[in-house]
Amino acid sequence: MQEYFSLFVKSIFIDNMIFAYFLGMCSYLAVSKSVKTAVGLGAAVIFVLFVTVPANYMLDKYLLRPGALSWLSEEYASIDLSFLSFIMFIAVVASMVQLVEMIVEKFAPALYGALGIFLPLIAVNCAILGGSLFMQQKDFPNVGMAATYGLGSGIGWFLAILAIAAIREKITYSNVPGPLKGLGITFIITGLMAIGFMSFMGISLD
Amino acid sequence: MNRDSNAYTFIFAIVMVLIVASALAFTAVSLKPMQDDNIRKEKMQNILFTIGLDSVEVNGAKEPLTRDLAQENYSKYVKEQISLKADGTVDASVDAFKLDLTSEIKKPVDEQRFPLFIAEKDGAKFYIIPLRGAGLWDAIWGYISLDDDLNTIKGVVFDHKGETPGLGAEITQTWFQQRFHDKAINDEDGNFVGITVMKGGSQGNDNAVDAISGATITSRGVENMIKERLDHYLAYFKKEKSEMALNN
Amino acid sequence: MENKENKNSKKAPVVLFVAKEKEPLFSKQNRKLLSDPLDDDNPITVQVLGICSALAITVQLEPAVVMAMAVMAVVTFSNLIVSLLRNLIPNRIRIIVQLVIVAALVILVDQVLKAFAYDVSKQLSVFVGLIITNCIVMGRLEAFALGNGPWKSVLDGIGNSVGYAVILIIVAFFRELLGSGKLFGIEVLGHKGVTMAESTRLYALGYENNGLMLLSPMALILVGIIIWAQRARNRKLIEN
Repeated sequence: MQEYFSLFVKSIFIDNMIFAYFLGMCSYLAVSKSVKTAVGLGAAVIFVLFVTVPANYMLDKYLLRPGALSWLSEEYASIDLSFLSFIMFIAVVASMVQLVEMIVEKFAPALYGALGIFLPLIAVNCAILGGSLFMQQKDFPNVGMAATYGLGSGIGWFLAILAIAAIREKITYSNVPGPLKGLGITFIITGLMAIGFMSFMGISLD
Repeated sequence: MNRDSNAYTFIFAIVMVLIVASALAFTAVSLKPMQDDNIRKEKMQNILFTIGLDSVEVNGAKEPLTRDLAQENYSKYVKEQISLKADGTVDASVDAFKLDLTSEIKKPVDEQRFPLFIAEKDGAKFYIIPLRGAGLWDAIWGYISLDDDLNTIKGVVFDHKGETPGLGAEITQTWFQQRFHDKAINDEDGNFVGITVMKGGSQGNDNAVDAISGATITSRGVENMIKERLDHYLAYFKKEKSEMALNN
Repeated sequence: MENKENKNSKKAPVVLFVAKEKEPLFSKQNRKLLSDPLDDDNPITVQVLGICSALAITVQLEPAVVMAMAVMAVVTFSNLIVSLLRNLIPNRIRIIVQLVIVAALVILVDQVLKAFAYDVSKQLSVFVGLIITNCIVMGRLEAFALGNGPWKSVLDGIGNSVGYAVILIIVAFFRELLGSGKLFGIEVLGHKGVTMAESTRLYALGYENNGLMLLSPMALILVGIIIWAQRARNRKLIEN
């Protein structure tokens, strides 16, 4: 239990997708003008990461990594399909996003209305593919750890976009120099927040 | 045909997957021998670098040691390749050059085999040990060569998969690797301590080198990697030393 | 609705053909495709695409240049392929199709480099994953290649990747110069020795490198400053 908890906290704060790895910056900057839309996109990212990271974990374990096919027959133990991992992961992400879109549209039209435009955007969010690639690299012992990691990374991303959206809403009332308005000041604030988040890096959780 | 019909969508998807998959599989399979060849030659090149061989004579002129030249000259310098068990005995059934540390390192210590390369250059003997560990983002690896006193470092080579450029990635640079030359892995009493990679102040300390500033975690990774890997060879070293003492 | 779309897609090639005959290869409009992304429609500072990689690899000039060239190859070719297939791709699965094309292209390039140009591939290895997730590639496919002819799409791909390269190189220039006193790995500000006596040029006067420049948050702040400078000069880009 303890390792799940420490992985969870670690993936939210120490390995924060935005502030430590700078993944998913494009949609982070584009969709953080108001808190309401930021919450919508953030929730969708949490969900998709939570689903795709364990799905890709299974794919990696039973299909892609060297020797992964040995459960089929001993003859296949020497096959190494890892060169396909990028394309498989991205296909899982894209199809999962499209699947989620269809399910939400069918069973929760109200939620679909709220999330609608953000769902397709997620397929091209680097944080999602990044989550799967980091999962592959970290070599988790079981699928539960992978799911915990996916959930934690999603929540970390959610917190980051929520924070910047709140700041941007307030900053519209401040006297920012003209050319710096909007995108420019957002970049600089994100940079300062990232410097703040670097202090988490010293914490070791085992 | 209607571009939005289900049938068309399915057919398109299937055709695309077939084309892409066969193109990728074809290139991966047909290029694999060449890729493996490059990796094998690079391994030879790295092993030769650690014994200070960065150029060879070709037709009377000095040429930098390229991967191809490394392959040609490898057997001239590397005399023995042995795999050791954890207790320091030799396992003759395993080809040391083909041992893959990536998979070896995951096994329990008793089942692991530890490759060791013994090279000779200008009459001097070198013991070369492959290294593998973790940096900040991903794996780091390298080779370390020891003098025949099994204590003094004669050369190191490091490489990495994804360390930060300008910080951790600097471990591949000569200026960092040169800091390890003539350092010792044992303290004055002959106990194994490895090499401490510390933030400044390593002057006069035989068991320490200066870290790369700003790359604390990668530097610590290098330190741990050397300590962890060399530790497994101590049993063998002890035997070698007592044999050498007998011969003298 | 469906009928209308079909009609359009059937008509489109005809219209294009006529336009192609009248239009020289580098017409004013086509030149604009190349020059717009450099300033008015820069992918990083205006379209907000491809930020992730801009931050990860701008500590030094060399990887920045390598990455810029890799992105140029991938954007141009994927734009070309998608533009050629644009009337065949089913609308519902277009995102997957685009991603598969991009990923396959990147893997192909990676495999070929590993076999024939091992040293380049070693430099690139870390960035390969970053190219697939680079939003510029997907962004340009969605916004341009799906609706335009092959030649225009190629120009658009080149223009956008050059616009991306310009920002990358400016950021990397300042980060490498101020962070480690080097450019392309060459010590331009003098050599920093362990003691003052061993240092030369600027370092002998007591100059110190700015370690903050090596950390990735500084890339964000530098891009912010570039946006500031660009918009101060080009006032029509200012947001309200």
